Amino acid sequence: MTGDAVLTATNVSIEYEVDPPVKAVRNVSLTLNRGEILGLAGESGCGKTTLAYGMNRLLKPPALMTAGEVVFHDRTGEDIDVVALADEELRRFRWDKVSMVFQGAMNSLNPVINIRAQLFDVFTTHRPDMSKRQKQQRSEELLELVGVDPKRLTSFPHELSGGMRQRVMIAMALALDPQVMIMDEPTTALDVVVQRGIIREIMRLREKLGFAVIFITHDLPMLIEISDRIAVMLQGEIVELGMATDVYRRPQHEYTKRLLSSFPSLRGERGDFVRTGAQSVSATLGPSATLEGGAA
Amino acid sequence: MTAESTPSTPRTLEARNLVKDFRLRSGLKVSTLHAVKDVSFTLEAGRTIALVGESGSGKSTIAKMLARLETPTSGQILLDGKPASRSGRDAAAYRGDVQMVFQDPFASLNPFHSIAHHLERPLKIHNPGIGRAELRKRTLELLDRVRLSPSDRMADRRPHELSGGQRQRVAIARALAPGAQFIVADEPVSMLDVSIRLGVLNLLAQLQREDHLGVLYITHDLATARHFSDEILVMYRGDIVERGPADTVILDPQHDYTRTLLGAAPDPENQGMLRDEVRRELSAGRP
Repeated sequence: MTGDAVLTATNVSIEYEVDPPVKAVRNVSLTLNRGEILGLAGESGCGKTTLAYGMNRLLKPPALMTAGEVVFHDRTGEDIDVVALADEELRRFRWDKVSMVFQGAMNSLNPVINIRAQLFDVFTTHRPDMSKRQKQQRSEELLELVGVDPKRLTSFPHELSGGMRQRVMIAMALALDPQVMIMDEPTTALDVVVQRGIIREIMRLREKLGFAVIFITHDLPMLIEISDRIAVMLQGEIVELGMATDVYRRPQHEYTKRLLSSFPSLRGERGDFVRTGAQSVSATLGPSATLEGGAA
Repeated sequence: MTAESTPSTPRTLEARNLVKDFRLRSGLKVSTLHAVKDVSFTLEAGRTIALVGESGSGKSTIAKMLARLETPTSGQILLDGKPASRSGRDAAAYRGDVQMVFQDPFASLNPFHSIAHHLERPLKIHNPGIGRAELRKRTLELLDRVRLSPSDRMADRRPHELSGGQRQRVAIARALAPGAQFIVADEPVSMLDVSIRLGVLNLLAQLQREDHLGVLYITHDLATARHFSDEILVMYRGDIVERGPADTVILDPQHDYTRTLLGAAPDPENQGMLRDEVRRELSAGRP
């Protein structure tokens, strides 16, 4: 299942053209293999979302990809240069080949139209020759796939719980049978129990449908648990990339070690890092705490 | 500051048989939601109790009742064994002793006011007649205590100039301003970046030691609940289904729901287990 690449990014640099310019992503190269889950970890502001947007050509000014190339390797064997795609081609490419579950996905559904209309929208745009009946059938199928009662098609987003809305978002991302799904903090706003259900669903669907996932989150323990490989980002660069077990057992970079140590272990030894003296308070608040306040 | 040394009998904040029902109306139908059903616990000064459970389990309702933002349907809240009164001077005294830190530091500070204003208000309210110089001095002291330095520059900033972690520290300083002995912290770090969560928790723990505070730590993160508190209460649908010393609850859970919660918590030790489990399930032909 793994082995051949589905998405390759080479030397990607992305800048926010504000004054002074912000180099959000610096010279990042990343290969996503077919069917794998690649975890992208790092704290807020490290550029992980920007990189994901870049790979899907979703950047809006002032963000600009200043260098690098992104190539999508289609199932059919065709290679698509994502950076060079223009208007109509780009529109067809997005969602069809690479789909996305956005950060705060719970709030990315349109509150004034029902779920069916939003799912139909995807088909109307990308599969114009589908009949209404086919759309209906496919929509029901999708909801069933993600574990939501198909009867909820006529519901409005506010009538669904957070977890269900998230599942609907995933159904929507699956609608066109994409080969890559980018998930940007898909479960951050959810409860642990619901989160577990959704993660399980994603893993199950991945096995069944064989898409590759780029999973972006700052929850490193969860990433280690579910990913095949993990990339750790710091200030726009990937500082460590490796198999999940290696990143966990033998972290190479200082930053990875620090990130790992900021999660107390659930069942392990009772560490002394919490409830310790003043020294460790300033140590754990870290250098970023004393920096001039930026966006968090 | 009420930096009292350990008193011979520790101060206590007690919830006794707390019940909260909400009336839900849907058209003409009225139904009752039992958000909290008969919950009792005692928080002693200097100790931390963690309240864990999923959303909707009633954790925040308890916090709000303790902070006097919600009236219990029945049951009592006792401070040092005396029922907390709802009005007058006693109520003001209660508020001086019990303060809350909210979940979202982006919403709990007023973007219009400076940081100093957020701390001066409680100082003024709880110390009528305080002089201007003294007020400033106490404000800067509070900022220093939560390690927002240089405090004189921080004081004149506005919330949007601060990061999430810094804002949450302002919120902690604000809770300490009236000289509170009990802090109700409702998911104080869940909105913060992972790399600074421990820092904020450590800070809270240190302030707790310095002032001998009683902390009710509400969270759904079992790992920090275990390391940060003495006792854990597990809530499920308005009931406390399990309680006990932190390590016992986590390492030797008795109730099914606690086990479910523990099973849902990410654990890097389980690397690949979920994948294998899912594969087994699929190959066994289950949907």
